[in-house]
Amino acid sequence: MSDVLLDFVRAARGTGIRISPAESIDAVQAMHALGWEDRAALRDGLGLVLAKTAEEKAKLAECFDLFFARSDMKRPEAPEPEPEQDPSVSDQQPMAGAAGEPQGVGGSVLGEMLRAGDLAELAARMERAAEESGVRNISVFTQVNLYARRMLEQMGLRELDREIARGGPAAAKLRQGRDWLRGEARALVERNLQLFARGETEKYREEMLRRARLSSLDRRDVERMRVLVRAMARRLAARYARPRKHARRGMLDARRTLRRNMPWGGIPFRTIWKTRKIEKPRLMVLCDVSGSVAAVAQFLLLFLWSLHEALSGLRAFAFSNRCIEVTEILARLPIEQAGAEIMVQVGFGSSAYGASLEDFDRLAMRELNHQTTVLILGDARGNRTEARADLLRDIADRSKQVIWLNPEHPMAWGTGDSDMPRYRPYCKLATHCATLDQLERVIEDLLRASA
Amino acid sequence: MDGGARLVTSIEAVETGLDGFGYIASRQIATAVFLAQRLNKPILVEGPAGVGKTELAKAAAQWLGLPLIRMQCYEGLDESKALYEWKYGKQLLYTQILKDKLAPMLGESEGLEGALAKLHGVGDIFYSEQFLEPRPLLKALQQPQGAVLLVDEVDKADQEFEAFLLEVLSDFQVSIPELGTIVAPVPPLTILTSNNLRDLGDALKRRCLHLHIGFPEPKLEARILATRAPEAAEGLRRQLVAFVQALRGLELKKLPSVSETIDWARVLVLLHARELDTQIVRDTLNVLLKYEVDIAAVEPQILAMVDKAKSDALTPNYGVAM
Repeated sequence: MSDVLLDFVRAARGTGIRISPAESIDAVQAMHALGWEDRAALRDGLGLVLAKTAEEKAKLAECFDLFFARSDMKRPEAPEPEPEQDPSVSDQQPMAGAAGEPQGVGGSVLGEMLRAGDLAELAARMERAAEESGVRNISVFTQVNLYARRMLEQMGLRELDREIARGGPAAAKLRQGRDWLRGEARALVERNLQLFARGETEKYREEMLRRARLSSLDRRDVERMRVLVRAMARRLAARYARPRKHARRGMLDARRTLRRNMPWGGIPFRTIWKTRKIEKPRLMVLCDVSGSVAAVAQFLLLFLWSLHEALSGLRAFAFSNRCIEVTEILARLPIEQAGAEIMVQVGFGSSAYGASLEDFDRLAMRELNHQTTVLILGDARGNRTEARADLLRDIADRSKQVIWLNPEHPMAWGTGDSDMPRYRPYCKLATHCATLDQLERVIEDLLRASA
Repeated sequence: MDGGARLVTSIEAVETGLDGFGYIASRQIATAVFLAQRLNKPILVEGPAGVGKTELAKAAAQWLGLPLIRMQCYEGLDESKALYEWKYGKQLLYTQILKDKLAPMLGESEGLEGALAKLHGVGDIFYSEQFLEPRPLLKALQQPQGAVLLVDEVDKADQEFEAFLLEVLSDFQVSIPELGTIVAPVPPLTILTSNNLRDLGDALKRRCLHLHIGFPEPKLEARILATRAPEAAEGLRRQLVAFVQALRGLELKKLPSVSETIDWARVLVLLHARELDTQIVRDTLNVLLKYEVDIAAVEPQILAMVDKAKSDALTPNYGVAM
């Protein structure tokens, strides 16, 4: 029985739930404790052991139902035929043939069963055939026909075909039966495809999306992307929001201990240990939403929003030909509306970096200090307006660091109206950032460096 | 497991057992407690505030007849507060008192080395169990009959503490350098709760049975209310539940959970309400909703919602299945 459970674990992994070997051992133990009979209890139990979030539980329950839906027919007799499965397969054929002989039809095993209407046995055979043809290794939908065919052949389709070809009174009925069998086999293979192959395709798509250029994404991928971005922002924020006070246990703070124990004549009744304070870096993000980077801006805003959701104390600005603070908009509106609202207020204009930096100077320059990291997302194409690199120098002087993420490849920096070379000297880091993977790496480095 | 603790035989036994102590467990919760006992694994309970995560531990302790040992987590919690600490004060005090005894003893010995050798024999006395202050974790491991250990709001503790907890929970043993390893004679039934303030580490989740308690179904909530606030009339309880269930369908900053429903029922009983009406709901809405914005959002809909709750309450959905 634990083989079945391992198959189930494999199917569950396919839906994107991460299950470690240790957990599958737990699952086997849980199964022994709960028994195989009470389906609902088993589902609850596996949910407890294997799924680690509410979403995973829902996924697992769905997978459980799908997985065990198929064994419904065979379940009552399942423990019994399995050990003697192999001999019975080889024995049955001559036996059934012999049984068919007296009727004078020379019928096949399948034909016999179809005539008898023995659905339970047919289903059991189909399961066995599925197992033998390795249907669980199916990975793409084009293989459905192949596997269905293989299964039917395993069950003795050829003999059935021969019997039908021979004609006879039951041929029409048998033909019907054959069609029904085909349908069943296909359904079974499709269910397996759904169970075991879903994970592969999903994983592949996500991987592609992470590496795809943000500017050339399909509309239908946006939703999926949104999920990815959120997960990423949450991951980063979890690391970023680490506690800021570290106790160094075992290091006595002698000075403070003595002072604290003055009332007892300096005898240290109360000990005080040294702690280390880690300053929380403050982040200000400037995001270009002008026409030239509009495609990317959507994701940068999305990222900004997710980050804002996860981090307190983040201040966000958006600019094209002028710069406004959008922290409040991000806080007030859900992401779809926040993005649209920001676009309405400043979006789609032709960017003027100088003017925007002047606005920023007025808005937030005073609040920069040695803890602040300023993150600029933009292509530095100012449409030949004044660059005002001196303002960026001021920003760099006052803040801890300036980091510039540019969706353009470094090869293009400085070509045409790009002012990147002028800004670059004041950035601690200026880097190319066109895909989600790159964005994550940069932000991660940033947070690690400042943590 | 056969220690003094009651042996849990089936999921139904858990259900009825907890029921006896006023905790109406859903099937999942009962399964979790059953499995935790069988597999000796801690349960990690997640879910919104006020759905009875902490209550579960209390009821389980009462039912199993074991002491409940509670450890509240907070940022900065460390081993010395969770596991054990030496009673420094007592140690110092004793050395002061014993000074007189030590002096003649050391005085007799020849030279510095002799005195030191004698001191070595004495030193260990001050690091014995008498000077050990057991904190919740150690206390739970030391209980001869086993215990119910409640690690409350583990998400509020630091990551470092989480890693440390992992070590304790996987083997139910700790090592104290001065004393050696302390192994629990009976592994405690451990319940960790989390409000999802931050994502817990995968390693911790993997060690635990993960139980998610959400808002209860109408039927279950009606049963809970029947046990927790029996003084409210049945008609009122049905309406209450229907109203709260409808409230959870709205977009609110903080949805009311079971504890709020119970509080509300008690408040209404105090006000001698026999059934819901618009006025009384408006007056007592602040029991259910904890944010000004939420109250403002619900207020204009009260009339419609009360009517709907009244008609909903008549459907069998809200019946008390006993």
